[in-house]
Amino acid sequence: MNVIESLISMDAKSLNVKNNVKTKLPVFEIRNFKLWYNTFQALNDVSIDISANLVTAIIGPSGCGKSSFIRSLNRMHEVNPGTRMDGSIKLFGEDIFSNKIEAAYIRRRVGMVFQKSNPFPTMSIAENVLVGLRLNGITKKAILKQRLEESLRLAALWDEVKDFLDRPGVSLSGGQQQRLCIARALAVQPEVLLMDEPCSSLDPIATMKIEELIQTLRDKISIVIVTHNMQQAARCSDRTAFFYMGRLIEYSDTRTIFTHPLNPQTEQYVSGRFG
Amino acid sequence: MQNINLIVSRYRPTNQFQILRRYKSSFISTLLGLATLIVVTPLFLVLFFLIKEGASSLNLDFFTHVPKPTGELGGGMANAILGSITLMGIACILGVPVGVLGGVYLSEYGNTKVNYWIRFFADILNGVPSIVWGMVVYSILVVPFKTFSAYAGGIALGLIMIPLIIRNTEEVLVLVPQSFREAGLALGIPRWRIVFSIILKTATKGIVTGILVAIARISGETAPLLFTAFGNSFWNHNLAQPIAALPLQIYAYAISPYEDLHHQAWAGALVLMLLILTLNIIVRFLSRDVARNSSYERN
Amino acid sequence: MHEITPKYSYRLDYKKGIQWPDLSFQFLALLGASVILVLIVLVGYELYRTSVLSIHNFGFSFVKNTAWDPVADIYGALPFIYGTLVSSLIAILLAVPLGVATALFLTEIAPNKIRQPLITVIELLASVPSVIYGLWGIFVLVPWMRDFLFPWLKTTLGFLPFFKGPIYGVSMLSGGVIVAIMILPIVTSFSREVLRSVPNLQREAAYALGATHWEVICVAVLSYSKRGLFGAGVIGLGRALGETMAVTMVIGNSPKISASLFAPGYTLASVIANEFAEATTDLYLSSLFELGLVLLVITLIVNGVAQLMLRQLTNGASFKN
Repeated sequence: MNVIESLISMDAKSLNVKNNVKTKLPVFEIRNFKLWYNTFQALNDVSIDISANLVTAIIGPSGCGKSSFIRSLNRMHEVNPGTRMDGSIKLFGEDIFSNKIEAAYIRRRVGMVFQKSNPFPTMSIAENVLVGLRLNGITKKAILKQRLEESLRLAALWDEVKDFLDRPGVSLSGGQQQRLCIARALAVQPEVLLMDEPCSSLDPIATMKIEELIQTLRDKISIVIVTHNMQQAARCSDRTAFFYMGRLIEYSDTRTIFTHPLNPQTEQYVSGRFG
Repeated sequence: MQNINLIVSRYRPTNQFQILRRYKSSFISTLLGLATLIVVTPLFLVLFFLIKEGASSLNLDFFTHVPKPTGELGGGMANAILGSITLMGIACILGVPVGVLGGVYLSEYGNTKVNYWIRFFADILNGVPSIVWGMVVYSILVVPFKTFSAYAGGIALGLIMIPLIIRNTEEVLVLVPQSFREAGLALGIPRWRIVFSIILKTATKGIVTGILVAIARISGETAPLLFTAFGNSFWNHNLAQPIAALPLQIYAYAISPYEDLHHQAWAGALVLMLLILTLNIIVRFLSRDVARNSSYERN
Repeated sequence: MHEITPKYSYRLDYKKGIQWPDLSFQFLALLGASVILVLIVLVGYELYRTSVLSIHNFGFSFVKNTAWDPVADIYGALPFIYGTLVSSLIAILLAVPLGVATALFLTEIAPNKIRQPLITVIELLASVPSVIYGLWGIFVLVPWMRDFLFPWLKTTLGFLPFFKGPIYGVSMLSGGVIVAIMILPIVTSFSREVLRSVPNLQREAAYALGATHWEVICVAVLSYSKRGLFGAGVIGLGRALGETMAVTMVIGNSPKISASLFAPGYTLASVIANEFAEATTDLYLSSLFELGLVLLVITLIVNGVAQLMLRQLTNGASFKN
């Protein structure tokens, strides 16, 4: 508990950002959301408002539904056959499951970074970053060039790769590949970035770089990050949601969750009594 | 397993029964080796005779001239070689798009039940004798138009290719890791562009290999051409007319009573075999690369 | 819509609705896959349609008739069914033991250095086209058999009805031998797969009992893979039934049923190959189509059985033919 408290206090400065929320509309309004994989219920009656321009962390033990939750936010759960859902999710007030819109439309506005980096092996670094733009129909060279540099800078990768943008994407190290994937997601200029345990396959230094990256992004874009690493949640996020067995147990300021959580289950989890 | 074998054999047999067992063991090993030798010999015999009989008849004439009228010496198989290339081209125009698209469906869009049946029927089609294909195409393309044609021959070959390419394409596409599809979807890229520009591009080598294998297979097919392309002693510039093909010419010459034509048959067979060997080598070369980079992700 | 719109210069085209390129591509792909179903129906229907005349004319006795007389316009399938079955039988009697033996050699004895080249050679064997085997058969194999093998068989085994009668060279036996050579690669490679799928536990159990190398093979490996090896044989049979060119070139093409293997024979595929282009009457042509239908049915049944047996072995992943 003490370690976490000290980590929280180190980030006191960043807490002030939360007070400068630039919009009142929440990024995601989730109401009574339920999710089943065939007969197994992964999420049960989740209702939560995720605020804009913040980093929101989703924590909980394995199998609690946090990955299922974040994948539902950009309709990625539909990729798995046999999933059923109930309830509603709104992205800036727009129902993402409406019949009138296509999933791809939502996914262009909500970016995602995966647990294991997956740059496309047949493409160079530049092509990887720009693939989202190109395949969505943007081909003007000037724009592509500008976006390439912007995204790589945002992902803190520009200086490392600017001299060999034509090298294959898979020739980078693990941490660099993950930042490449972040750049790729950012190039499409999403309004939200979802990160599903982005550092779990990285070493501590690469993890640190990505956490720094998250700090620089939080002004520009809303971030939802799933992590099983509580210290990471405490370091990086403004708000934290604790999930357990498919239910949302508690959701409030990160500081509150880690210092004096209201729910006894939350307290047990963050103090390490189960994981 | 080898280590256990050594330990067992170090144990010396002490009575007659044991000795007999050991001898029986070596005897069987020898028999099996002999069997393998018998199995392998025909290839060398065939290649040997191909080169011996065929190489001597290969000359410039062979590649530039058309067959001489019956009874006259000389002439070549130039039109047959071009004809075979033409037929394979037509076959590919039919077989490759249909096969690859079908494989894409099985891998990217299909569901388990539908896929099972399509695979089942594709395997059945693979087992249909090639002469039956010839008969079917005869009755739908030759009879109504009252003429043998290159189209008919090429389509017959193409139909043989389709199940082969569908199965191969499916198997190759399924190997592409799911994470690439998810990464593409997460970027909001339309599904068809993901399949086209990412998945197919990643699996290109495997798909091309499958196509080359199918081409090697149909290049030697004679039976389906017997009553579709039919063969031609002259150059053919009209695809709606009968066309010569290398295997057809080899067959016709082989069963003819003329010694000169027999020599030419060997020469043609040598050329055909060299073509097939070349395709096999290219396939092997491509596959080795894939095997080396067998995982698509590098850490 | 919302204030946090970043200050970048270009937005993606926010098309909301269902996109027709996506649907069209999926439809195209579905078309490709459904071609398979179309082809199955096509083959079955066309063969039936073209055989109808002959079926009506001869009925079921077509399968039992031995006469094949284009002049009198009387046709029967029995000589060809006999020829196909006998030549294929000879082929698998030769190819299965040799193929299994070779597969055993490759999986159990051959050191790596020999194994890989041998496998390559066998794959090459599989890629030689039928017509080239036929060519080699006419000018190399058949003369050799006529001048050496058949006389030897006649003197040693001449008491059997199979080896009586005049020797021409082109014969049922030659047909069987050449088909055997052609199906060896596929029988060998399937047998190899079957043998390799025997779990090591079986072998180790036998070794632990003090068995010699080959006793292990007999007891643990072969008995375990009996069904799979039988399946490999059936696959080979399925292939053998459809072989056309090489058989036509060495079997003699005479529609007579004879006990002697030295006598020429005729298979379903060969008669179609030889006489199709010259069929003068409608009935002639229709009978040839009916022969094709018979061939198709026999082949499909055999291949179907083989697929079922091998699917049991590999639960779902099918072997390519």
